[in-house]
Amino acid sequence: MATSLTVNGETHRVDLPDDVPLLWVLRDEIGLTGTKFGCGVAACGACTVHIDGEAVRSCQVSLGDVWGQVTTIEGTGTPEALSILQQAWVEHQVAQCGYCQSGQIMQAAALLAETPAPSDAEIDDAMQGNLCRCGTYPRIRAAIHGAAAKLQEV
Amino acid sequence: MARIGKIVRRTFLIGSAAIVGGVAFGAYYVSRPAPNPLKPGPGEAALNPFVLIDQQGVTLFAPRAEMGQGVMTTWAALIAEELDVIPDQVRVLHGPAAAAYYNSALMGDALPGKGYDTSNFQHSLGEALGVIGKVLSLQVTGGSTSMKDGFVRMREAGASARETLKQAAANRLGVARDTLRTEAGAVIAPDGSRIPYPELAADAAKLDPVETPLRDPSEWRYLGRTLPRLDMVAKSTGTAEFGVDVRLPGMKFASVRMNPNLGGGMKGFDDSAARAMPGVEQVVDLGTGVAVIASNTWLAMQAVEAIAVEWEAAPYPPETDAIFAQIARAFDDSPNSTMRDDGDVTTLPEGATVIEAEYSAPYLAHATMEPMNGTALYTGDRVEFWGGNQAPTIIQSKIAETAGLETEAVEVHTTYLGGGFGRRAEFDFGVIATRVAMALPGVPVQTTWSREEDMRHDFYRPGALARMRGAVKDGKAVMIDGRLATQSPSRQAMQRVTGMPGAGPDKVLVEGFFNQPYAVPNYRISGHIAELAVPVGFWRSVGNSHNGFFHETFVDEMAHAAGRDPLEFRLELMRAEHAPSAGCLEAVREMSGWTGKTPEGVGRGVAFTYSFGTSVAQVIEVVDEDGTIRIARAWIACDIGLALDPETVKAQMFGGMVYGLSAAAHGKITFAGGAVEQGNFPDYDALRMHNTPQVEVRVLETNRHMGGAGEPGTPPAMPALGNALFDLTGKRVRSMPFAEHFNLLV
Repeated sequence: MATSLTVNGETHRVDLPDDVPLLWVLRDEIGLTGTKFGCGVAACGACTVHIDGEAVRSCQVSLGDVWGQVTTIEGTGTPEALSILQQAWVEHQVAQCGYCQSGQIMQAAALLAETPAPSDAEIDDAMQGNLCRCGTYPRIRAAIHGAAAKLQEV
Repeated sequence: MARIGKIVRRTFLIGSAAIVGGVAFGAYYVSRPAPNPLKPGPGEAALNPFVLIDQQGVTLFAPRAEMGQGVMTTWAALIAEELDVIPDQVRVLHGPAAAAYYNSALMGDALPGKGYDTSNFQHSLGEALGVIGKVLSLQVTGGSTSMKDGFVRMREAGASARETLKQAAANRLGVARDTLRTEAGAVIAPDGSRIPYPELAADAAKLDPVETPLRDPSEWRYLGRTLPRLDMVAKSTGTAEFGVDVRLPGMKFASVRMNPNLGGGMKGFDDSAARAMPGVEQVVDLGTGVAVIASNTWLAMQAVEAIAVEWEAAPYPPETDAIFAQIARAFDDSPNSTMRDDGDVTTLPEGATVIEAEYSAPYLAHATMEPMNGTALYTGDRVEFWGGNQAPTIIQSKIAETAGLETEAVEVHTTYLGGGFGRRAEFDFGVIATRVAMALPGVPVQTTWSREEDMRHDFYRPGALARMRGAVKDGKAVMIDGRLATQSPSRQAMQRVTGMPGAGPDKVLVEGFFNQPYAVPNYRISGHIAELAVPVGFWRSVGNSHNGFFHETFVDEMAHAAGRDPLEFRLELMRAEHAPSAGCLEAVREMSGWTGKTPEGVGRGVAFTYSFGTSVAQVIEVVDEDGTIRIARAWIACDIGLALDPETVKAQMFGGMVYGLSAAAHGKITFAGGAVEQGNFPDYDALRMHNTPQVEVRVLETNRHMGGAGEPGTPPAMPALGNALFDLTGKRVRSMPFAEHFNLLV
């Protein structure tokens, strides 16, 4: 049976069992590969997307349970039109291997939406579910502070 | 991109005939350049294997795996510096697997010396030995060698291409070449008019490459300063293509389950439940495992888990304790890798105090963020493979072997790597992807491993044991006798790649152990290879990763036994032996405001490791917060000789340290019933945002030769943390992970 879902403002109809996680619907059916598979058990955050603005682990949300509009990394900015947060990521040269960064950015975007000027402790709380094996955390922190300052000016 | 893809494909169809010879490789023992793998079409010129110019512009090839270390950007900068193009205005591609892209530095590092005392003669010899890498077609990214390897060759490639383009312009204008100059991708005529490189490409391709001296470093515009990474925008927008992101028309998705008793066979399986599951297209019998091809990855993972398999036992002792008992038995045999034996360690200097200690280090998984995967298309007479890998020529030949084809019938597309750390220097994921794809000829199949499959089928950092005996007298170390027992990743890898076991002393086994720049008069370091079939491989910093811990924890114990400050104790032994290394210790002393004393509730530890030609000192500070210990701050000083991109070097230093601290705090792979017990991040965790220390890095450049950046940050992190925990608690722990012994913040 076909399920309808809205991703980055576009409606998609997918014919898959209800229990297929959103992550795999995005990656293998819709072809949005910016959202990454890292662990499958919500322990690394690489698959983080927004549903109605809330950061969720897409490996844990079944297709049948998607309750709102989905936004992925592709929906937040493009190489030609970076979001302010993505600009901060580039400015602070955050990424190393880069695999976890889509999830990091989606998690950070949700944090900034809720807490426009987060403290280090608030960054720790919000970001500790997102693993980075390259250890880019100091630059992620700097980029979040940088983007927060930029967003205040806007 | 499509155009380049075509060029690359043609290269493989036609073979490797070069239209234009490569650049001269100077004094290399094997002086003939390898065939140029870039076969240009009409209107294109491949001036050497690293520069291709067509009507669209200039393409540089950086045939080293971009796994986060920034190699693509700095490699391109080496060419751009001499070629006179602006790095972010040219295309930079990885390119095909090719003999021309061999790594000259990797084999040079196999010289028997300690490294830090390398003479210019030995250094040249190392470069000459590098040709072995060429003869073996070792296109490998590893051993922190990329910049050492590319530093001269890539500038020569750029310089020769530039002068050849100038010669083409000189011929056209009827002027002498030395009246022309170059700038931002164009030749500038004496009257100031510009001829863009693409307009000269066809003419230049007909000329013999022009040799020219390299520019003086004082003229550099790109090297030695920080450049924006070329991959940063793609990696910040989800548009960078990793192996798992490859999407091809008609592609199917697969997942795999190999015998968790590593190296064991398969008695049989029942796939009736799996076949009935939604989306399942095919179950593939891999002999020692099974795979399911389905319409999406998750359905494939569910189905492959639903297959009931009867596995055969592992060819090694099934429990961790028995494995370590076997490692310990290697101490009973005579050592095979005694790479340092100074003075006499058998006679105790009169009046000296003896210190003895035993240490152990666990098996470790690489746990790259991107689980192992590969995408393959088998058409009966050819295989195309897509995926992140550190050794494309090895993958290519192993895939060819798997498919019963000639090497030339296999084309390897190397994507970005979602972490490498040595894991992707193996070829198993390529062979498995090929075998799965061979079940559906003509259909591209992407095989993605679950995290559990990845963690339980690694080539692990081997478990290791050390028995240390030392002596101090009058506040100084007068004797160190270190013995190591562990498996040899080099020998196993050699066996896997060539089918022949390695032989002779194993320098990698004892690296970070025998070659530390301490002036200790009686100093012996021996390695005992433990024969075990547990799969082991190259884990970021390899032998240094355990040896750094053993050596530097023991040095700390000696300092305390001598009643000395551990930093001053090291510094005194190092100053006469190797000034750049001593400089790193002095730097972290100053950066951290080291006094040898810490307030109540704060502990500090120092450690030092010389590895991959780079000296690294680290100070780690731990803080007791109501009974929970937080790794609060870290200071790193490295001496890399020449930092081609200082911010990238800093990123590698703190990233390497976090990798080491993660292992020291949490990392442990154990075996039960023959299988690895840990399967996912909840039981194999790493540092995260909230428990990563604030870090300050200083990059020094006084070492005589350029060192590596990707790995040297890792080894000193583990002993520095252990030494800090000792300073805080008075408890000396000689095994890792420390979270088993201390209440670390997790």
